[in-house]
Amino acid sequence: MPFTPPKESYNGKTFELTIGQGDKAVTVGGENVLAFHAFEGSVPREPAVAFEVQDMPPDDWPETVAEVFKNVSSGPVTWAKYCQDSLGAGIIALRLVSTHPDRGDASADQAAETVRKVLAAINVPLIVLGSNHAEKDAAVLVKVAEVLKGTNSLLGKAQESNYKTIVAAAMANDLKLIAMSELDINLSKQLNILIGQMGFDKEKLVTDPMSSALSYGLEYTYSVMERIKLAALAQNDATLQAPMLADVGMFVWKVKETQAAEADLPAWGSLRERGIEWEAVTATSFLIAGADILIMRHPEAIGAVKKFIADMEVK
Amino acid sequence: MALTGVEIFKMLPKTNCKKCGQPTCLAFAMKLAQRQVSLDQCPDVSEEAKQKLGEASAPPIRPTVLGSGELAVKMGEETVLFRHEKKFVNPCAIAVKISDTASEADASKVIDDVLSSEIDRVGQKLRINALFLSNDSGDGAKLEALAKLASTKAPAVAAIISTTSPDAADAALKHYSGKNAVLYGANKDNLEAMAGKAKAHKATLGIAATGLDELCDLTEKAKGFGVADMVIDSGARRAGEILRDNTYIRRSAVKKNFKPLGYPVITFAGRDDSMLESLIAVLGIAKYASIVVLNSAERWKNLALFSLRQNIYTDPQVPMQVQQNIYKIGEPGPKSPFLITTNFSLTYFIVSGEVENSKVPCRLAVLDSEGLSVLTAWAAGKFTASKIAQFIKESGIETELETKELIIPGYVAILSGSIEDKLEGWKITVGPREANGLPAFLKARA
Ligand code: B12
Ligand code: SF4
Repeated sequence: MPFTPPKESYNGKTFELTIGQGDKAVTVGGENVLAFHAFEGSVPREPAVAFEVQDMPPDDWPETVAEVFKNVSSGPVTWAKYCQDSLGAGIIALRLVSTHPDRGDASADQAAETVRKVLAAINVPLIVLGSNHAEKDAAVLVKVAEVLKGTNSLLGKAQESNYKTIVAAAMANDLKLIAMSELDINLSKQLNILIGQMGFDKEKLVTDPMSSALSYGLEYTYSVMERIKLAALAQNDATLQAPMLADVGMFVWKVKETQAAEADLPAWGSLRERGIEWEAVTATSFLIAGADILIMRHPEAIGAVKKFIADMEVK
Repeated sequence: MALTGVEIFKMLPKTNCKKCGQPTCLAFAMKLAQRQVSLDQCPDVSEEAKQKLGEASAPPIRPTVLGSGELAVKMGEETVLFRHEKKFVNPCAIAVKISDTASEADASKVIDDVLSSEIDRVGQKLRINALFLSNDSGDGAKLEALAKLASTKAPAVAAIISTTSPDAADAALKHYSGKNAVLYGANKDNLEAMAGKAKAHKATLGIAATGLDELCDLTEKAKGFGVADMVIDSGARRAGEILRDNTYIRRSAVKKNFKPLGYPVITFAGRDDSMLESLIAVLGIAKYASIVVLNSAERWKNLALFSLRQNIYTDPQVPMQVQQNIYKIGEPGPKSPFLITTNFSLTYFIVSGEVENSKVPCRLAVLDSEGLSVLTAWAAGKFTASKIAQFIKESGIETELETKELIIPGYVAILSGSIEDKLEGWKITVGPREANGLPAFLKARA
């Protein structure tokens, strides 16, 4: 019996967005079908993975992942170079943790100096993230944006409570921007609209609908991502056509499953594999739901996710 | 094939008697076409119409049981493509492969792993659901020996017998009669004989096709041989093929009510690289498999896959919740600590687990916050000082306690003053932020 495949075709497609410059630049987005659905439409490229680097030693990362970077994580420059040169990172995501009022309260100028040094040391595209303290991020990212001018980097994250200053800074310095809202398609849409009303080009935006970890809210992120993708494609809703970001590592490497010793919980199996698996499974779920860029920590988790992407054979 | 409302309408009594609860026969027909009502709600429908409509109004993916007894699992019955539309119904079964070329010791080890795979998670008991017994040797005697070993050591665990030889199937299935096993391996060359064996042993027939055209062909033929229960494999093995075929199958079944593909899907995730295998399994769990077959069952991998399955199959409208109550952990006395949290299952099980770890007997008040976590509930106004005060007052717990002290989650430290205002005579203590700080915190007080 000949079978007629029930293909779906959509009117919309996600925006193509490039970060970085020259032959190391990375482009994401541009597909007119759901994630990896190359069999019924166009998926011009694979999703991208960024390696997370912090501006201070990772004293709250569990051993499994902290250990990988123990010889390089005393400073962001050596750390970033290690990711680029030894681990093959195609994008570096620098998180300015030390600017958080509870984590050292480094000044905006100090942060800008850190960013300047990291920029000088690497040639792959850079994502710069604040410490997730809305007020402080506004002050820090304005200074950081000046340093990033002309590099086509991705700056984040603008949230409902601080977007105005950050959007203005990204615009003035011609940067790409991450807009983050909290697990709700309407909030994502609304923030993107507000940012657009300031004159920011919607094709320079990345949406972060907020991540979560496997077993700690994953289903919320997963479904919000699927809904955003469907609205972007089926309803051709331009306010939801930005590529999506999943900031995975920071949610995964704080849950109990990535920390508890096997001796205490024998039913959970090897701690090392369990932690890496937790990050890889979380990340893969979000890719399936439609994420275009991942931020991750453990090189083996990243390696596994890349093998999964290759297995999809969209190229 | 799917019938339209009008086609269904033609077969109804057309009396508009309203006994079905719909204003007219046409309205009933329209709802039936969308599967919002069931045919038996019309008492007057003719036998002939019943027969014709029965198939069209049956669930788009045939309900099928895997295994027997307490550990049996249901498959099929799904009605949507995306979990935000409506809850996914029957969580995908996870099976682990054992080859009949493995030594008895190796096979026994896998069986033991499966038997001890149960993990308690957020109040549910999760486990590997089936053994996939594979006739890689091509020798029927070897497969039978394996089936015998598995059915003796793990009589309650479901089996999927994988072979292309009807005789080998027959011998192996004897060990699983009446246990809703799957006989996997029916193809274009052996279909009729395999169908016969499946029927004889009341097993579900597993169709092994090479492509969707052939798959449709085989399921239709098997149906012609009198087989009702099937699980289907399009032959997809690479991730991209699995996504494509599983998506086409689910869409055909759910959106077009296309019967030749209206069966539970079996997805093969097996890889030498265990972590990559687990990620292919992630794809199977998220995208429409009813059975995912793995090569190995390491505990770290089980935990992650069970958790994902639980996440994907939770109700998107109603978070998992526990009942509002004051729960005793251990045997608390009048001086034991008294804590409060929300009724989101995840929150409750994490907190009660850590209290248990502390070995300090406690009372844990669980406030109905509509299944929201502590911070979400706080942000949504469901975990407020007045609600907490009212709950504590009405619970009458005061009489059981020597000191009126309540420990609140560290993340809502901001509530302590206002609770003290509303709960006269009570002392509010701020606990640690993360529950894993509870054992040290409780021990330090004891
Ligand atoms: C998933 C999620 C949701 C889901 C709901 C999930 C649910 N069933 O609760 C959805 C998408 C519906 C949601 C909605 C909202 N959310 Co929300 N959500 C989250 C998220 C990602 C995870 C929450 C979670 O499941 N945590 C896991 C559970 C186990 O944590 P927990 O209950 O807090 O328990 C821990 C501790 O508190 C402690 N603990 C618990 N009980 C006790 C008791 C004692 C005695 C002690 C000592 C310790 C303790 O132990 C646990 C483990 O350590 C968090 C961000 C994050 N990563 O935390 C945001 C978060 C909680 N949400 C937030 C917000 C603002 C909202 C919304 C108001 C957003 C909006 N504007 O619409 C809505 C409100 C909901 C509504 N109905 O209106 C904010 C809260 C901000 C704040 N600081 O108050 C957060 C923190 C996000 C953020 N801004 O970073 N959310
Ligand atoms: S019960 Fe049957 S006959 Fe009566 S209105 Fe409903 S569909 Fe028509």
